Amino acid sequence: MAVYKFKTPISEEEIRKLKVNDVLYVTGTIVTARDQAHGRALDYFKQGKPLPINLEGLAVFHCGPVVSKEGEKWIAVAAGPTTSTRMDIFEDEFIKNFKVRVVIGKGGMGKKTTDAMAKYGAVYGAFTGGAAILAARAIKNVKSVEWLDLGTPEAMWIFEVEEFGPLAVAIDSHGNNIFMDVQKKVEENKQKIYQKLGLLP
Amino acid sequence: METAKIVENVAFNILKQAVIYLPEDVKQALKKAYAEETSETGKTQLKAILDNIELAEKYQAPVCQDTGTIIFYVKAGAKAKDLDKIEEALINATRRATKEVPLRPNSVDPFTQKNSGDNTGRYIPFLHWEIVPGDSLELTVMTKGGGSENVCVTGMLVPGEGIKGLKKFVVDAVISAGAKPCPPNILGVAIGGGADIAMKLAKKTLLKPLNEPNQDPEIAKLEKEIFEAANMTGIGPMGLGGKTTVLGVHVDYAFRHPASFPAAVAFNCWAARRASARINADGTVEYLTRKIKW
Repeated sequence: MAVYKFKTPISEEEIRKLKVNDVLYVTGTIVTARDQAHGRALDYFKQGKPLPINLEGLAVFHCGPVVSKEGEKWIAVAAGPTTSTRMDIFEDEFIKNFKVRVVIGKGGMGKKTTDAMAKYGAVYGAFTGGAAILAARAIKNVKSVEWLDLGTPEAMWIFEVEEFGPLAVAIDSHGNNIFMDVQKKVEENKQKIYQKLGLLP
Repeated sequence: METAKIVENVAFNILKQAVIYLPEDVKQALKKAYAEETSETGKTQLKAILDNIELAEKYQAPVCQDTGTIIFYVKAGAKAKDLDKIEEALINATRRATKEVPLRPNSVDPFTQKNSGDNTGRYIPFLHWEIVPGDSLELTVMTKGGGSENVCVTGMLVPGEGIKGLKKFVVDAVISAGAKPCPPNILGVAIGGGADIAMKLAKKTLLKPLNEPNQDPEIAKLEKEIFEAANMTGIGPMGLGGKTTVLGVHVDYAFRHPASFPAAVAFNCWAARRASARINADGTVEYLTRKIKW
């Protein structure tokens, strides 16, 4: 379990150094996207329209923050991760098209995303679900907000962060996925539990 | 002051309190889990959770960015005044809290996908009414996170399989939920009544403190058995592996139809937010979960 501190833009070479169970802190620019922003970004790509920000080498964050506005300035009040599995249907295309190097969320992602991360060079950094103030303290500046018509949770927030983490590298760019490993173990444990509860014939 | 205004103020206060301060029983359970967790990654997650709880209190900010769907449980004394004005007062409190705490606007029209922006909308905040003897008014708020809501399940079990069938149903629900509901979770389990009644009871039982097992020793035993079984899964904090998957289990029931065995499992995330207050007929207020600091 090694600790890495990366600055954006992150290169493919850097990201390939990470292995599952490593701990990562990101400094630089991270961009939020949930279900609707993922959908819109992929639509834009299909139509050849540029995104509001070039995502190459950046981190995408599955997050719908609590924000407040002081004058013209947005403040991220609370900003923990949302469940990433909902974005599984988009993420392989998202990584392929936009070359993001880190996907930050909670709850893990599946085989399709794991394969795309191995192929194009990206990792999944698990941030503790609900640890919204820990996350907000690392956000030094709300650079801008795009696609606010989607509502504040679903909009694309562009954050400047300092040592954002700890992120547990739960999917690396070598095909390893902690969540899938845990799932396998849980399936094995299931029979033991059934036995203990007297559910087996 | 008018009753409606008092209700609005008190509802605002418990809403603000619920999203910032976790109840003491939940904090204690998380501390115990941190001390006992053996998985290194699991321990890191629990440490982040405990640090975050402290930071939320220090900065007076919501402990989680998902400030939930807002649900009020109202125990209205049959002789309490102005009961017809309470709903409006609770809606006003919700709007004010959204702006002033602030809360994340979490109320979306399912047809147009438009967010109302103030946590209100058709049936939202949702109100559960109960008429009780007396002239006081007890308000409880639950702000229910979406991640844990997405894995709640209702099932119609086979009556012949009885409680054995229920145990399998709950274990399967926990395994299928996996990392999604922000474990460690609190489980509300209920059987009987009907599909809607079982889920209503399951969710309501999430309001019980973790250190209050069911008064019926047989049901308390079942709670413990499910608790131990869920923690044998190995899902662990945030699904990254470990022995802390649930912090507690509450079971409730209603009598059932001879042909039906409805069962429901309501999940709550570790950020199990709730707060209560009682408004007496003379206008005095008692905060029941925690004293108000502002």
